[in-house]
Amino acid sequence: MPHLDAAYNLARWLAGNDHDAQDVAQEASLRAFRFFGGFRGENARAWLLAIVRNTFYTWLRKNRPLDKTVDINDETTEIEDASANADEVTPPFADADAVRRAIAELPAEFREIVVLREMEGFSYREIAELAEVPIGTVMSRLARARKLLQKRLTAEFNQGDER
Amino acid sequence: MNCQQAKPLIDPYADGELEASAIQELEQHLQSCSACALALRNLQSLKKSLKQDTLYFTAPAELRQRIESELPSRAKTVPRWPAWNWNKLTTAMSGAFAICLALLLTVTLFRQSPEQSLAREVASSHIRSLMASHALDVVSTDQHTVKPWFNGKLDFSPPVKDLAPQEFPLIGGRLDYIDGRNVAALVFQRHKHVINLFIWPAKEKASKPASITPIQGYNLIHWSDAQMTFWAVSDLNESELMEFVQDFATGKTMNP
Repeated sequence: MPHLDAAYNLARWLAGNDHDAQDVAQEASLRAFRFFGGFRGENARAWLLAIVRNTFYTWLRKNRPLDKTVDINDETTEIEDASANADEVTPPFADADAVRRAIAELPAEFREIVVLREMEGFSYREIAELAEVPIGTVMSRLARARKLLQKRLTAEFNQGDER
Repeated sequence: MNCQQAKPLIDPYADGELEASAIQELEQHLQSCSACALALRNLQSLKKSLKQDTLYFTAPAELRQRIESELPSRAKTVPRWPAWNWNKLTTAMSGAFAICLALLLTVTLFRQSPEQSLAREVASSHIRSLMASHALDVVSTDQHTVKPWFNGKLDFSPPVKDLAPQEFPLIGGRLDYIDGRNVAALVFQRHKHVINLFIWPAKEKASKPASITPIQGYNLIHWSDAQMTFWAVSDLNESELMEFVQDFATGKTMNP
């Protein structure tokens, strides 16, 4: 059963909890295996993750129709550049829980791109195909997601300092 | 290069996705601009923070077991061409018979496989239905209207399901002619995409797992159950069309 970790990881980040993530990952894997003998195309991992994504959004519409996904403000409002005012380099944020919380707060469409880029190491082009958005959207969402994460984590980091 | 121009290049640079021609210019700018250099260092810090192993959720063992137990053993093996033992066959048979076989083999090998020509026929039928805006003979989102409509027009009763809850609403049906026989075509929709589902009685009474064939920008998925053979065609992407196929294959059929 190849790539199940990747399938579960994406599902877990999208659904936000283990129970729903298992449901989504299981349904997606069974779809992949039952209908296509488990492998399609050259990039099986990207293909499986595309199915996980679709399964998740279908599941989301069915089970949490009121959940807010990305809206136009998320895509266009100016985010203050947290690193612009700093005069020294921020070290990597070692507090995994804080990082986890910050990622979880992103809109799903930003979160998935962060997961696909930083955890799965997909190229912009692969992400664009997998998430069915233009490559420019991948780039702008990624840049915005990072700004939001930086802002959030820098705030938390500084707060920790003062305490 | 100024900061305004450099800013949007920093992300792709840190990701190794910047074109070679721009890299040099950006690097020159970074040497002279401490603000942009700092932004890059901070981005690299953030990237490192996101790559921590503890952030990656590995699949629980119970999930793996559950999936493996639900997979039919059939799905684990890839269908293969039957392996003939030619040596034995040819020595055992008379020369004349071997020649007959060879002839037969040439004919089958050099002809387009029946499955392939059928796929083409199905794709053409789909395209024709869109061109002539003759997608529907019976317009109804009600499976209880669509199914009886086929009575007397076909020598079989196709399974009709409405997949509106799965967001593939049924919009109607029509008669079509494929593989030398009358077939049922059910028409579904997802957003603006039309899905034609062609159904006719299976020749072989064995179910066949779905396989996908792309033809001229359309995706075709073919599968069979014990009674019927199915072809789903659409310009939808592979994974959504597959979702449709699974929803249809596992959805409840109305009673005739």
